[in-house]
This record gives sequence, C-alpha cells and structure tokens, in this order.
Amino acid sequence: MQLRILLHAILRLGKALRLTCQHFAKSIKARSKANNSIYLQQEGNSITLQYPHEKLPVPSRGRYKLHNAIDDCIVCDKCAKICPVDCIEIEAVPAPDVIGVTSNGMKKRIHAARFDIDMAKCCFCGLCTTVCPTACLTMTPTYDFSVFDVLEHKVPFASMSEAEIGEKKQIWDRHITDKGILAK
Amino acid sequence: MLVAIYVERKLAAFIQDRLGPMEVGYKGTLQTLADLIKLLKKEVIIPQAANKPLFVLAPIWMLVTVVTAFIVLPVSNAWLGTPTSIGLLFLLAMLSLKTIGILVAGWASNNKFARLGAIRAMTQFLAYEIPLGLSVLCVIVVCRNLDLSVISFQQGLDVYNMYQDSIQTAYFLGIKGLDISHMGGFLTWNLFRMPILIIAYSIFFLTSLAVSNKIPFDLAESESELITGYHTEYSGIYWAWIMVSEYSALFLMSIFGVILFWGGWNTPLPNIGPLKLALYTNGYPTTWLGNIWAFFWLFTKALIFVLIQLWVKWTFPRLRTDQLIRLCWLYLIPLGLSCLLATLWWQLLIL
Repeated sequence: MQLRILLHAILRLGKALRLTCQHFAKSIKARSKANNSIYLQQEGNSITLQYPHEKLPVPSRGRYKLHNAIDDCIVCDKCAKICPVDCIEIEAVPAPDVIGVTSNGMKKRIHAARFDIDMAKCCFCGLCTTVCPTACLTMTPTYDFSVFDVLEHKVPFASMSEAEIGEKKQIWDRHITDKGILAK
Repeated sequence: MLVAIYVERKLAAFIQDRLGPMEVGYKGTLQTLADLIKLLKKEVIIPQAANKPLFVLAPIWMLVTVVTAFIVLPVSNAWLGTPTSIGLLFLLAMLSLKTIGILVAGWASNNKFARLGAIRAMTQFLAYEIPLGLSVLCVIVVCRNLDLSVISFQQGLDVYNMYQDSIQTAYFLGIKGLDISHMGGFLTWNLFRMPILIIAYSIFFLTSLAVSNKIPFDLAESESELITGYHTEYSGIYWAWIMVSEYSALFLMSIFGVILFWGGWNTPLPNIGPLKLALYTNGYPTTWLGNIWAFFWLFTKALIFVLIQLWVKWTFPRLRTDQLIRLCWLYLIPLGLSCLLATLWWQLLIL
C-alpha cells in the first residue's frame, strides 16, 4: 500500500518535471517573435514585453501629451480659463486688424506672444481640447516624454521672437493712442 | 561561475514563460558581470549589534571550505588534483565544514530570522549527511579506494593503469565473466559495473541538492519565508561570496557525482571491435589531446547534472522541516543501508 503511494508520488513528480520541460522547450522554440500586438494574444511564449523595443499600441484618441497647432490658434484664452489646474499660460498681444485666417475659416486678430503648457501640472482631463473653437489644441498618443529637469515639461508653443513681440506691441500701442486721439 | 548564474536565470525565465536578462550584452550575457561590478562597489553594512569578527568570518569560511574541496577533484587523466589517498573523505569533510559557516553567519547577524535560517540549515545538515555518506560508501565498496583519481581510472579502459595495484577488473553489470575492461565507454562506468548504484545515485542526487541548499531543500534560505534566511544581513561583497560558495557547492556536487557514478572524465563511447572509439575520444594520459578530451567529458557530464539540478529547483516547492527530516531519516537511510548491503553481497559474490 505504502509502495503504491510512493510510486504514485514519484510519477507525479515526474509529470511536474515534464511540464516544466515543456514550458522550457516552448520558450526556446518561440524565442524571438515580436510582441507588438494585443497583450493577451501574443505570438511568442513569453509574456514579457521588452519595453523600449516593443510597445503596446495606444488608441489614437488616447489622452496623453498636448499639442497646439499655433497657426490655428485665435488666442481666445478659453483653454486657459477652463483648465482645472491652471497649467496653460497665455500672453496675448492684440492686433488692430485681421492678421490671418485659421484652417476652419475664423479670423485671427490676436498674436500669441507666449503659449506655455506645463505638462507636469496637466491632469490630462481633455477639457481644454473640448472648448477650443478651432480644434488647434489636441491630445496626442505620445505617453513617454520623461525629461531630466522638471522645468523642461513646460512646453512652449508660441513661435514669436522677441523682436516680433516688441514690434507687435508697438503697433498695438500706436493703434490705442491713435484711437484715443481719434476718440477725443 | 558567471556563466552558471546566467544559465540559471535564463533557464528559470524560460520555464516560467518569461525572458530573463535581455538588455546587457547580447541577450543578456553580460548581466552577471554587471551584477558583480555592482556588488563590488556596494556599501558593506555591518549591523551595529552584530558580532563583528564572526560576521566577517562567516562568508570567508564558507567560501574557503567549498573552494578547498575542489582541490581533490581529478579534472583530467593527467591533472589529478591532489592525489591524496583520502581525497573523498577530505571532500566530504569540507562540505560538512561549510555548514558551520552558515551557522556562524546566522548567529553573528544578530537577527532573529537569520538565526532561524541557520538553525534550519543545521537541521537539514543533520538530516542529509547520513544518506549522503551511505551512498558514497556504496561506491567506495565497489572501488575499494578513497582516492578520487583512482576511482576515475577504474571507470575507464585498462590502458590507463597508472595504479597497477589497485585496479579492479570491470565486469559489465557486475556479472563475473563479462570482462569489459577492454571496451571502456559507458559500460565501465560505476553505474553499469554495479547497477544497484542507480539507487545510490538517486540518494546522492537528492542529498546533493540538500548540500547546496537548493529547492526542494531550501530551508536555510527560504527566500519567501525568511527573507533570504541566514544571509539576510549581508550586503555587497559578502553576499557575493556567499552566493559564489552556493554555486560552487552546486558545481562541486555535480562533478563529485559524475566522478563517483558516471565515469569521471571517461568517454561514454565504447571500443566496439576494431572501431576503438573509447581510445579515440579519450586520448592517452599526459598528451594534450588526452587532457582536452578528458576535460571535455567531465565538464559536459557535470553540466548536464547541473542543468538537471536547476530544472528540479524551478519545478518543485520547498519541503518543510519535518518533511525533510522524515524524508531523510525514514526513507533515505533505510534505502541507503539496504543499497549498501546489496552492494556488499554482490561484491563478495564476484570475488
């Protein structure tokens, strides 16, 4: 009786060893298959995703890093107002006349001297993209943007040089004083 | 050693359906080197209340005893290690001393868990030492000699009769009359000269797992229960020494088992008639080719057994203390004793 139990035990141990051996053999055979697909349906035998070389696909409507197509921005300040954590900082320089047209037909009358979004503060809620009238502010599927200095997370989007800003400010100041003189 | 650690990590990973080290070097081959450099430059922390002399002594003790045991291993037909006439006894003694090192490590750490780990290691040692001795005794009965190099010579062709007075004629399967000393190959290995040694080898294999504290006899370390047990307090280079002694013990027991049971550095290919395969694949002693062949066979066989030990390590769970003692005292000792008796009778019948 004891001998039968012993034999059963040894056979079960052997089965366990065979199981691990099968896993090993399967892993060896399926070693270098790329795993760029759905996580639970991978081709190789390993469940490891070697991160920088293989990444899981992100849906295109993923709410990750913000991007502003500054040429389409009418500097309406809606995004800065609605942001719950105040991560968007805008400095506007008004212009006396229409300075351009956005891609969806709206007229631009304000220069953006500074348009900084601090991704360190951003909570990725997407409210700013909802209220943007020209849809220039979008959320891209870029999720891996680590930096060495936290200040580098403040992404500048405005593309005006100091000289340009000074020039536009001067134009506006002259326009205001002209209007003042005219009003008088 | 570096290769062994890398192989173990990759083997464990593939068994567990994952990849193991992949980044450092090609497919992770330089990972062990990187780990070694990291350990070398780590800060050595000695607990304030620890027994400083003993704390520092313990890993050195473990390493020294295990590495000293390597002296007596005959690595090839000309590199005989130290040809002491009591080589086998020396090796067993050194392995027993290693356990004292574990005890010192656990005690000197001034840590309850480390002490528990050391106590469990002592319990394990008491349990497995006797079956180990019995299985080795079976081989000594067959070979009539304690010198490991003589045991290796006996398992080969009788061309290598460097020890004329102590060579035994090899009978296949121990049946008198089937003299196969001329054929060599695996037929002259101790396992085939005396088939009962298969039982002795299985006892030896189990106890060799216990010697190097490998799962399923992992009590002293118990990586999930005792937070690495007796070497909890060791950091940096001391831990590296303890790890090296563990892997060295693994390697040592594999080579030891190969020398005792599986033919040492002898080839598995027999001399079949005019095709003198054994002679070709073993060369003559003291020639370059002979050395290379012998080295190759010994290490291939030892590596196969190291792989089997690793395979066993990553398949089975750990035995409890009482299960371990029960296994060794209630099952392995009677088995070992009966094996010894049977070997003695058989040997007497032959002669």
